[in-house]
Amino acid sequence: MNDNLPKALHPVPTVSISHRLGGVVLSAFLRGGVLPFLLVIAFVVFGTLSPEFLTASNLTNLLRQSVYLILVSIGQMLALVTGGFDLAVGTTVAITSVVSATVMATMAGGADPAWGAIAVGCLAGLGAGMVVGLVNACGIALAGVSPFIMTLGVQSIGLGVALTLTGGVPVSGLPPAFGDLLGFGTVLGVPWPVIVTFVGVVFLYVLMTRTALGSYFLAVGGNAKAAALSGVNTTRVLIAAYVLCALFASVSGLLLTARVGSGEANLGGTIALESIAACVIAGVSLRGGVGRVESVVLGAIFIGVLQNGMNLTGVRSYLQMVVLGVLLIVAVIADRIRIRLSQGGSK
Amino acid sequence: MALLATTGLSKFYPGVRALDGVDFELRAGEVHVLFGENGAGKSTLISLISGASQPSSGVLQINGQAVHPRSVREARELGISAVFQEFSLIPTLSVAENLLLGDEPRSAGFLDRRAMKRRARELLDDLEFDIDPNAQVSFLSRAQQQMVEIAKSLRGKLSVLILDEPTASLSDKEARRLFSLIDRLKRDGIGIIYISHRMQEITEIAERITVLRDGKKIATVDAKTTDHSTLIKMMAGRTVEQIYPKIESKPGRLMLEVDKLSTRGGVREASVHVRAGEVLGIAGLVGSGKSELFRAIYGLDRITSGRVRFDDKDRTGARTVSLLREGFFYLPPDRKSEGLILDFSSDSNIALPVLGTLLRGAFGLLKQGDRGRITRAAGARVELANRNASKRVGLLSGGNQQKVLFAKGLTNDAKLYVFDEPTVGVDVGTRSALYRLIQSLCEGGAAVVVISSDLPEILHLSHRAYVMRAGRVAGEFHGDQITESALLGLFFDGGHVDRQLELSE
Repeated sequence: MNDNLPKALHPVPTVSISHRLGGVVLSAFLRGGVLPFLLVIAFVVFGTLSPEFLTASNLTNLLRQSVYLILVSIGQMLALVTGGFDLAVGTTVAITSVVSATVMATMAGGADPAWGAIAVGCLAGLGAGMVVGLVNACGIALAGVSPFIMTLGVQSIGLGVALTLTGGVPVSGLPPAFGDLLGFGTVLGVPWPVIVTFVGVVFLYVLMTRTALGSYFLAVGGNAKAAALSGVNTTRVLIAAYVLCALFASVSGLLLTARVGSGEANLGGTIALESIAACVIAGVSLRGGVGRVESVVLGAIFIGVLQNGMNLTGVRSYLQMVVLGVLLIVAVIADRIRIRLSQGGSK
Repeated sequence: MALLATTGLSKFYPGVRALDGVDFELRAGEVHVLFGENGAGKSTLISLISGASQPSSGVLQINGQAVHPRSVREARELGISAVFQEFSLIPTLSVAENLLLGDEPRSAGFLDRRAMKRRARELLDDLEFDIDPNAQVSFLSRAQQQMVEIAKSLRGKLSVLILDEPTASLSDKEARRLFSLIDRLKRDGIGIIYISHRMQEITEIAERITVLRDGKKIATVDAKTTDHSTLIKMMAGRTVEQIYPKIESKPGRLMLEVDKLSTRGGVREASVHVRAGEVLGIAGLVGSGKSELFRAIYGLDRITSGRVRFDDKDRTGARTVSLLREGFFYLPPDRKSEGLILDFSSDSNIALPVLGTLLRGAFGLLKQGDRGRITRAAGARVELANRNASKRVGLLSGGNQQKVLFAKGLTNDAKLYVFDEPTVGVDVGTRSALYRLIQSLCEGGAAVVVISSDLPEILHLSHRAYVMRAGRVAGEFHGDQITESALLGLFFDGGHVDRQLELSE
């Protein structure tokens, strides 16, 4: 417990270069967490092992592949910081995909470009996704069901509904313009999905740092009683968190649908767990109250970097799962060490 | 030779010297009282002795041997056992299971339930505690839980027993039984470290008293020859007049009027009122309804009958959010569980109540400049040091946390301030700062209510006071009528007040 001693008791008259470097690394770790280090290590390792990894085209590709997880993860962060979970984000993606594709295919009827059908389809998909969020929100905020159980249940219900709607078969016949724009289109070389994600990230960053609601999300997760006594309507805040979470997942679902060119019920896949992993690696507390948008973006990108780099270096996909699991646990342990070091006391 | 001795025992947390070079000695067969304000270091000292935390420096000796208990379990093996205010019982288990936790009788590797019950029964009978070993702990009263806790500490070998405010939740009769138990343990040669604020009780059972202040030992004195006022001066480091300001009273218009209020939380037909420009004290035991009454008024509990008028409007059953906006500020008694968001900075905590109102700007964006200005101004009024403004509140000392909690009510001018246990766990310097703040609020024309279990606080601050008992208002006192004996006389039904003499000058 010697590290608890006030600094004044440890006068260090001469500091060697290596000491100072260690100090810089330590203070960077204390401030930024383990994630920046993991990212740097990943870039160095994959850059050395694979000549392709650091090329512009691969990095662009990497970013484009990461945006879907980024969107879902920043939404997931909202549920996590309020002290909950959203295990139903995969279902939200699936429902959005199936509903938007069905509406578009039906309305367009083979015409192209059918901008009207595309717009209505997108809105229908987003609406359906937000209904999932609203159901979660009502169960959690109004009925008081634990977020774990509520979203687990909705995840199953939603997937069942999506599969029923499609009969398990992908919905095809989408207007090609939809995929050409939101799936593969670019503006000045920047892919549309990246632009949409960037707008989403900026929106949420401003919401979290510059508005009352952003503080309320953290306050409700940090101490719901204290928040309520400070005049925060905790019910409304929880509802906003889950609906916004679903909105981000839903946007991700639209972009994925555009990319694959059909409406698919299995599009959500493992994204719920991956998004929680991205948040946790980024230092979002599972107890609530702590989380930053910019870190979560890096967390999601890190998972993308890992998958991309391991693919390039020929790591087999089963082993990739092992690596991802190990890193998740290492990140959490490192975060605990960081908190202990920065707080000092054992209290 | 001393049974237990510490030399230069210290415990540092970042920025806090919780215990600073304390020499302490306990003899076999004595009751040694630790006396000091909240935050003086008593709890730290006993947590080091009981193995709950480890010292930063210094030596702990048992019978002349240096020991380093690294856990409560290791300390117990050395014969040191502690009963803390926060019970270590597992509420979902039975009394017997709790009593023998970690030391369960086994036969052939399986739990021997019958032996367990028998040993629990023996332990309880030996202490003449009338508790069913099969009862689930969560269904016991606080006093009964305390008895189980004491019985648990007496299991196995014992040479040092630590009791942290053991009578705080006991009735008179139960306390008597505890004292006779203590007498018996003394005769058995057990040394007892006893923390209490109650003067009467200290004089009655203690051999020696060690006074702590700001983590340092002030003195160890003989309990029989040291009078109360000397003790208080040693404890506070200043006289009563230096702690409590003289507050001017200019009672103005009626700010809160409560008529025959009953609540789900056990308040029965309570009628009270508060005027602008006065400090109203509410005294009573824990559970007397003194806190419950105002929590219900503030929308935290359901009102079953009666009326509430706030600022000339009927606000019976109004919601917390609207009362807060109308200028009603309530400071909760437990800053960690209800008051503060420990992961937030001081600034963010202070700003939280006004984010959606005062600080809301165009497009719903926060007014960043105003936010800084308003939180700094509120922080300055509670004398919160600037360097603490951006720190995580969880890292601050209890006194600074309490300042932040007060500051939450100062970002806009409220008409009515209700302070529920305003100085729990706060050092004397902070206390007098908070009292000066209460003075400035009252003299500035606000109505102030102080709900407190700390009787001197009520006696020295109030212009008018109510005593609550069993959910009802038991009496009202004005000015010079507010004396210790008058108030205490109403705390209990039959007037058993001798044991309850809380410290005062």
